[in-house]
Amino acid sequence: MQLLEIYVLVLAAFVGYMVISRVPPLLHTPLMAATNAISGISLVGSLIAAGAAHNRVATLLGFVAVVCASSNIVGGFLITDRMLRMFKSGSKKGEDKAKSNGVTHAAP
Amino acid sequence: MRDIFIEASYLIASVLFILGLRGLTRPDKARRGMQLAAFGMLFAIVGTLLNHTIVDYRWIVGGLVLGVIIGYPMGQWVPMTAMPQRIALSLTLSALAATLVGVAEYHTEIVDGTIPTHARMVAIGFEVMLGSITVGGTLVAAGKLQEWLTSKPVTYKGQNLVNGVIFLGLLSLLVYSIVDPSQEWVFFAMIGAALVFGVLLVMPIGGADMPVVVALLNSYSGLAACAMGFAIGNVILIISGSLDGASGFILSILMSKAMNRSFTNVLFGAFGSETAAASGKSAAGLTVRSIGVEDAAIQLAYAQLVIVIPGYGMAVAQAQHAVRELSELVEKRGGEVKFAVHPVAGRMPGHMNVLLAEANVPYDKLYDMDEINSEFDRADVALVIGANDVVNPAARSDKSSPIYGMPILNADHAKTVIVLKRGMSAGFAGIENELFYDKRTSMLFGDAKSSLTGLIGEIKNI
Repeated sequence: MQLLEIYVLVLAAFVGYMVISRVPPLLHTPLMAATNAISGISLVGSLIAAGAAHNRVATLLGFVAVVCASSNIVGGFLITDRMLRMFKSGSKKGEDKAKSNGVTHAAP
Repeated sequence: MRDIFIEASYLIASVLFILGLRGLTRPDKARRGMQLAAFGMLFAIVGTLLNHTIVDYRWIVGGLVLGVIIGYPMGQWVPMTAMPQRIALSLTLSALAATLVGVAEYHTEIVDGTIPTHARMVAIGFEVMLGSITVGGTLVAAGKLQEWLTSKPVTYKGQNLVNGVIFLGLLSLLVYSIVDPSQEWVFFAMIGAALVFGVLLVMPIGGADMPVVVALLNSYSGLAACAMGFAIGNVILIISGSLDGASGFILSILMSKAMNRSFTNVLFGAFGSETAAASGKSAAGLTVRSIGVEDAAIQLAYAQLVIVIPGYGMAVAQAQHAVRELSELVEKRGGEVKFAVHPVAGRMPGHMNVLLAEANVPYDKLYDMDEINSEFDRADVALVIGANDVVNPAARSDKSSPIYGMPILNADHAKTVIVLKRGMSAGFAGIENELFYDKRTSMLFGDAKSSLTGLIGEIKNI
């Protein structure tokens, strides 16, 4: 079970590298907001901690964690969408630029 | 049956997250991609709520409601100019969530009388350590960006030694905790040390190096979430934590490369202080040519190609809307306007792009350094707005300069250069900018927004 999780980690790291190195610098700020919103998936762990009624401390900590994670999810997706809405292309030339963007950006 | 549904929801969410991030590779597909990811998140949350270990929903509901109340303003009302601080604060929140869950897990096991296995302690330990470092670091980063804390590097002699010692102490506490999980005080001491270390790590970083640090903290919070995945045996956390971690890591490498400084140099080099003393040429005996709004307006009005170089100064002056108005005016007169965005312009990766997009500048006018550097040769005017080090030719030629080797925008290749600046104070790096003293450069002194507004008025009269 543990080893399988390590496989997942390695594969996910590869996928992350491949996908993210193709994000153009234009969208680096929305990228940071988006990855932060996605990491709000820690809500999953927080929900269990807050709801499992193991003991007072865990429930309280879980509660605070739920607040933090859900703020991040709500705020994060909202702000990412808000930012992405602002990126408009002026013209057909813009659409062409968008299509070629994945290739011109230099990955490390 | 329930369990299968829960697992399936996590699988769907993972796929949607990856697709969502892939959408970010193209500005026209980005929004749709993120909507998919949001849907995936909803799926995973609904799935989790069905988990049979959850027996009491009261705290959950309360937490979710409070989360929405806090999250909504953070998403909708925070202005774009506060984006760097907001990103830093949201990193604090995600790292805090990871840390608290880790503590809750540990505490529950201790209270139940079971000692966590070593493997589990490794996961919980890293989760809590990375989370705490990130909490400390991001709070300081947010403070510096909001200017509640000084944005100058805070350094003292022997600082790296002190930080190193604390880090070693931190690591030994981690190892001790893994080896003997029953010693609670070690666990909590480690959290304290990690918090302190996070604070001390970011204190010596100055404003303009923030892009690297914010990206790095982004990756730490992702790694903490990843560790949480190992700790509670949840695969989707491992996946999204890795995505987050990879993203932050790639961004910080890109930022460091764009400054031509190694990673460690940015973190531990306290750029503004040690090296500035031995910096390059002095400006003694050189004069700058100052220009008025009327003359600058003439140059812009008759230019065929204007390349605008935005910098942090534009953000401070909130001049992005005026810049867009000016560019539209030049284009109406038949000229072409392009924006040259240096990778580390501003206080976070992509800062300038977001500000200009907010001002309705179409993204096809925004060019990366590599795309636009060759065009400066045919540019009539290079308009520098609140940018400094990114156009300093000393980076190319002056080996004694602290910014030597950093890739810069070729503003000095343009036929003329107009620099909008408040005064002649040195920029972040504390060094003189040779570009200002070049014979083809004119300085338009004043607040960027009012200078631009003046230019717009003058051009309309021509």
